[in-house]
Amino acid sequence: MKDVAFGQYYPTKSFVHNLDPRLKILFLIAYIVAIFLANNFAGLACCLFVLILAIGFSRVPVLRVFKAIKGILFLIIFTTVLNLLFYNGETVYAEWWIFTITKEGIIFSAFLVVRLVLLITCSSLLTYTTTPVALTDGIESLLYPLTWIRFPVRELAQIMSIALRYIPILIDETERIMNAQKARGANFETGGLVSRVKAVIPVLIPLLLSSFRRAEELGDAMEARCYTGGKKRTKFKKLRFTWRDVLAFLLIAALITGVVLLKIYLGATV
Amino acid sequence: MNAIEFENVSFSYEEGGAFQIKNLNFHVEEGEFLAILGHNGSGKSTLARLSNGLLEADSGVIRVFGEELTEKNLFDIRKQVGIVFQNPDNQTVASIVEDDIAFGAENIALPREEIGVRIDFALKAVGMEEYRHATVSRLSGGQKQRIAIAGVLAVMPKVLILDESTAMLDPRGRREIIDCVTRLNREEGITVVLITHFMEEALRATRAIVMNRGEIVMQGAPQDIFERHEELLTYNLTLPLIGRICKELRAGGLPVCDTLDAKSLAKEIAQCVSKQST
Amino acid sequence: MRIQAEHLNYTYNQGSPFAKAALKDVSLTVEEGEFFGIIGHTGSGKSTFVQHLNALLRVPTSLKKYHKKRKSPPSDTVLKVGEFDLTDKKTDFNALRSKVGMVMQYPEYQLFAETVFDDVAFGYKNFAPQKPTKEQVENAVRDALTIVGLDYNEVKDMSPFDLSGGQKRRVAIAGVIVTKPEILVLDEPAAGLDPLGKQEIMELLHRLHASWCKSILIVSHDMDEIAENCTRVAVFSEGEVKYVLPPKELFTHSEELLSLGLDVPLTAKVCLELKKLGIDVKCDFTTEDFLKQTLALAGKGVAK
Repeated sequence: MKDVAFGQYYPTKSFVHNLDPRLKILFLIAYIVAIFLANNFAGLACCLFVLILAIGFSRVPVLRVFKAIKGILFLIIFTTVLNLLFYNGETVYAEWWIFTITKEGIIFSAFLVVRLVLLITCSSLLTYTTTPVALTDGIESLLYPLTWIRFPVRELAQIMSIALRYIPILIDETERIMNAQKARGANFETGGLVSRVKAVIPVLIPLLLSSFRRAEELGDAMEARCYTGGKKRTKFKKLRFTWRDVLAFLLIAALITGVVLLKIYLGATV
Repeated sequence: MNAIEFENVSFSYEEGGAFQIKNLNFHVEEGEFLAILGHNGSGKSTLARLSNGLLEADSGVIRVFGEELTEKNLFDIRKQVGIVFQNPDNQTVASIVEDDIAFGAENIALPREEIGVRIDFALKAVGMEEYRHATVSRLSGGQKQRIAIAGVLAVMPKVLILDESTAMLDPRGRREIIDCVTRLNREEGITVVLITHFMEEALRATRAIVMNRGEIVMQGAPQDIFERHEELLTYNLTLPLIGRICKELRAGGLPVCDTLDAKSLAKEIAQCVSKQST
Repeated sequence: MRIQAEHLNYTYNQGSPFAKAALKDVSLTVEEGEFFGIIGHTGSGKSTFVQHLNALLRVPTSLKKYHKKRKSPPSDTVLKVGEFDLTDKKTDFNALRSKVGMVMQYPEYQLFAETVFDDVAFGYKNFAPQKPTKEQVENAVRDALTIVGLDYNEVKDMSPFDLSGGQKRRVAIAGVIVTKPEILVLDEPAAGLDPLGKQEIMELLHRLHASWCKSILIVSHDMDEIAENCTRVAVFSEGEVKYVLPPKELFTHSEELLSLGLDVPLTAKVCLELKKLGIDVKCDFTTEDFLKQTLALAGKGVAK
């Protein structure tokens, strides 16, 4: 459970896995911008093409990638139906009570679905191909300029890295305590709201106490290893760009250019 | 030279509260393997935390390699005295082995190349070279604890204190740790202080101390301490099983000498039996 | 109650890249009245097995579906504890859990209530078929605390967090046995305790075996502990059951056990070494018997 529940990292070796995490984060942002810049089907098709390429090179099973959509399927359907029924367009196909289905509404809804699906899939691709540790390193590195305004980037990254280390442990611990209380007849599955909230207490209190105990020991262990927080520290790992990163960069740059050019020459569909 | 020296040290968690450590005088010699024994709550863990300034003594003087421990030299003292704690899950700061070991070396602001060298050294010292890129949470308890030792070694302390570091491990993990620190002591010349309530583990030490209610009540070679087994019982400690067997055999008229492991005990018994039959 | 498991399989994270088989075709029967030991090192599947016994882990039902779909004969997995069939989804698991007490590793970490009394009463109240009277609860808690060796009047109003380590553990055990389970399962009951604390816990278990609990199952990685206390032992390794034997017979396999990476009791190790030296000590590997037999052997030597 602890492995699957967090980070959903898919362990394998691939072109995408080996990209620099900083670039991957930047690419994700660029890609999302591209999705929303694209306002005609040709532009969206370009975006889709790049995503398929990325999935192909990531060696993450396609089904697994699309699994991420399952979680927000309801949201997608809901917003699509809403737009479909209420969008104010000119070419009316059908009308009933307060609902109208228009050509523009259909096109807009279609765009919305594609954009949402692309958005979710590419974000999940990032977490599938990047370990939480690398992600933290990437974020830390990207935020580095903020140290100029005295923002504690290093400490923040330290906190994130420790959180990543301890989340699986705490999930495990929660499971253990829940089991222990279940064995003593605690019931977490049935009952009204009040009794369910009450049922959480025998889990929550031991969990809190153990977290404090862990925090205390970890604090001691860190101090014993000469951690002083503010003091100047060095850093062992440094991220480096490779040929892969350059290649991926060119691809994303081409995508943005393509989308912008298509936007100018073909005009907007939406 | 004494690696650590306590002079009339007292400590209590609350002001005016019960003393965890009472007027304690003791020393750790450079290069020795010292075992500190005592039941739960005897003050032995407090001793470890006082030694590198994680706790501050109420009174008395603590010296590390002749230098008095003060707030000013805390950082330098911690470079010399490393502690490994009890819970293998509560000591690692990073998810990947290599990153975790780097932590201490980063804290003392070593240049990057040097940190790489230290990681190599530390992993080799605990025999975990092939786990450099492994995920900490996937390791066994004994392996995690060896990574914790490596994390401390990366700072290259002269003294290594193990504060009940074997208490939560299974027998295999415990053996891994004890073998590891024995080797560090013999080959790398690191002073080892092993705090434990597993009496068998103390047999590896060159000297042992027994603590009870914040005071040192017995000290000497481990074998000599185990000889005084009635006295041990009064401090809520029992004899290691092998010690008990030797004692009982002697009481039954088989004059075996005290030994440390099954093999030598078997030899002792065989010798006695053959002597008696001739 | 008898525990009967046949062809039990369990895989963690089934269907994910982290899938790990924890139990492979495990068959094991524990008779009523036994003081049974399960030994194996971390990751051998021993904890996974005992968690099945009160349905904290369930027999995978997907397997049944799988067979149904293919119209092949249903899976041959059997898991029964007394009358309870644990492969059946409709079994009353709450009733089962009141009969099978489960003490997890480091049980003191599950204490949560403000007073020792409330904590021990928790399980009793949960399992009571009707709301118990105040008197019933008091009696049950008093009995439970007394049998674990604590003074009811002294500790009942204390916060469990103010107790010493050994006391906390005993309160936690009281919180499980308060329903007088017929089977008591304990995962590493003595872990982390000092020698005296260990001895006290083992004494408590024998006391329980003689009074409240018909069967006791302990999971341990301490061979000496198992050898001194159990009637029979199951050795787990890599998710499989390697041996099920009384300790005395088990440790005649000392060499194989050692090659499996398992420890054997000190007495067995000494016997093994003595055998190499041409001296055959026949004993049941408890310390007492080892001493007796060794001394007898030496005595015979004198007589010659």
